[in-house]
Amino acid sequence: MKILVTVKRVPDPDMKVRVNAEGTGIVEDNMKFVINPFDEIAVEEGLRIKEKKGEGEVVIVAIGPSVVQEQIRAALAMGADRGIHVDVDSYPDPLNTAKLLKAVAEKEAPNIVIMGKQAVDDDYGQAGQMLAAMLGWAQATFAYKVEIADDNSKATVTREVDGGLETIEIDLPAVVTADLRLNEPRYASLPGIMKAKTKPMDVFKPADLGVELSPVLELVRMEEPPPRKGGIIVETVDELLDKLRNEAKVI
Amino acid sequence: MNVLIVAEVFKGAVRKASFSAITAGKELAEKSGGSFSILIMGKGIEGPAGELGKFGAASVLVADSDALEHYLAEPYAQVVAKVVQDKGFDAVLAAANTFGKDLLPRVAAKLNAGMISDITEVVEAGDEPVFRRPMYAGSVNATVKVKTKPFVASVRGTAFAKAEPGDGDSPKESVTVEIDGSLAGKQRFVKFDEAVSERPELTEAEIVVSGGRGVKSKENFKLIEDLADVLGAAVGASRAAVDSGFCPNDWQVGQTGKIVAPNLYFAIGISGAIQHVAGMKDSKVIVAINKDEEAPIFQIADYGIVADLFKVVPELIEKLKKLKAEG
Ligand SMILES: Cc1cc2nc3c(=O)[nH]c(=O)nc-3n(C[C@H](O)[C@H](O)[C@H](O)COP(=O)(O)OP(=O)(O)OC[C@H]3O[C@@H](n4cnc5c(N)ncnc54)[C@H](O)[C@@H]3O)c2cc1C
Ligand SMILES: Nc1ncnc2c1ncn2[C@@H]1O[C@H](COP(=O)(O)O)[C@@H](O)[C@H]1O
Repeated sequence: MKILVTVKRVPDPDMKVRVNAEGTGIVEDNMKFVINPFDEIAVEEGLRIKEKKGEGEVVIVAIGPSVVQEQIRAALAMGADRGIHVDVDSYPDPLNTAKLLKAVAEKEAPNIVIMGKQAVDDDYGQAGQMLAAMLGWAQATFAYKVEIADDNSKATVTREVDGGLETIEIDLPAVVTADLRLNEPRYASLPGIMKAKTKPMDVFKPADLGVELSPVLELVRMEEPPPRKGGIIVETVDELLDKLRNEAKVI
Repeated sequence: MNVLIVAEVFKGAVRKASFSAITAGKELAEKSGGSFSILIMGKGIEGPAGELGKFGAASVLVADSDALEHYLAEPYAQVVAKVVQDKGFDAVLAAANTFGKDLLPRVAAKLNAGMISDITEVVEAGDEPVFRRPMYAGSVNATVKVKTKPFVASVRGTAFAKAEPGDGDSPKESVTVEIDGSLAGKQRFVKFDEAVSERPELTEAEIVVSGGRGVKSKENFKLIEDLADVLGAAVGASRAAVDSGFCPNDWQVGQTGKIVAPNLYFAIGISGAIQHVAGMKDSKVIVAINKDEEAPIFQIADYGIVADLFKVVPELIEKLKKLKAEG
């Protein structure tokens, strides 16, 4: 079983994001960067599938400048087998990301691609579905539970959708995108971190993959929304009810 | 430009989230001096198709077929992409709910089109349209231009009012798309476990009562539900409450859950992490109940009570019941 997992480098979601003075991006000084949390869940799922099968390979792919190798190494430290870095100066939009991933998937021919349901920096939530369409594969987004058939020919995926949980069956190879409750990612162990340093990592340029990037989205400007103003502290339930009834008039 | 809005059918009716997408699509069509049509897909959908005739669309396109009985990304994406190509639409819009989020990127890839997720504002409707959308869990408001034609966009429900039906009756046109079974057959619907609830839908409700990790257990979460019930409110939750198994997944409010903007939002035992706030900060009035006066939720709440929720919430329920009885 060959499992391809995508990881994006994003700012630590626990840190406050600030827009730079020019409004062209975020302030990166002193920011900590991590694997996109949904991708960390995707890595964990890949490892669990391999462990359950008792055989297989988990390959990590990240697109971005050379610093993304840190996140590839972090995934290798969790237990993944090798990495692929697609070297570009800046993060492409989801359509171009999917084009690069398609080329990688065609080269690697995995049984399954596991991705995050969204990158928590751009919050687009597109690349997985786009990749599945481009490959002509099935997609199962917002995965809550993934079960692979013994012969690796299909998977049963339960998805978090509006109003409940939906279960679908998909032929493999396919693209699955992880939701928050698919699993709890493991921490890298110290030996895992040591081992990760020597695991293989290939680097490709888009041209090596036969892909020419042509951006379809353009970021015009970024701004910080005006902060919502805080209100008052009330002392008692009676006071609260009075305010809600007579001041805010919402009940 | 000519805009196609993809409406969703849920249990025999148009899903309410689709009405916000209609408003956004209408605005885009009007600003650019074009028109809009609505596409609806499913099996046995005369009812909802009829409902959609009342919004002033140039046409309502109806794809009614056995193959579309259950929503699945590939067959639905095939229909949308074919309709866009055959009729020459410039833009494809749908709600940014789990239906639109799953379907639209697949449509975009089939059309080799750029897609903007979660639009909150139509900034320019010219040749290269420009939209506003949140990024980084709402810490950033981004202005983004899309350079392809056609293009695709998902619509954030809280940012556009729901379209109201009028007198008109748009012409219906049935569309037949030969679905490529070699692709569509790769996914099969198995089952849907509905989280059945008598309460209003979370994204529709006038009042939302949400509980967090501070509620501490599934049994205690009843308290949150009881408060919601006296108020006729929907129940929401933080991720921590959902992860701890206090309540179903689809009650989660936040960056990666539901986006809500009710008249009144109660955050009870919720600290106010940015990912939670991203899903409720546009509520008209926010009430926070938390025993920690330093909790960040108080920075955005209109009214806060620094107290033990297990003391405050029962008292609130009692007093609301009394007020109700008094009329
Ligand atoms: C990628 C990613 C996506 C995320 N998406 C979401 C999302 O969509 N929605 C979401 O909500 N979170 C999301 N989170 C999680 C978020 O970061 C927070 O961890 C979460 O919101 C915290 O939930 P909480 O406020 O219930 O719990 P805590 O932060 O633990 O807060 C509990 C609060 O309860 C109070 N409390 C405890 N006991 C009592 C009592 N007896 N009376 C009164 N108050 C009491 C405490 O003072 C505390 O403030 C996401 C995180 C990541 C990394
Ligand atoms: N630059 C990238 N490198 C690797 N994976 C990515 C990249 N961008 C997006 N992805 C993957 O695609 C998913 C969805 O991203 P997005 O469509 O940007 O929200 C992410 O969770 C990642 O798994």
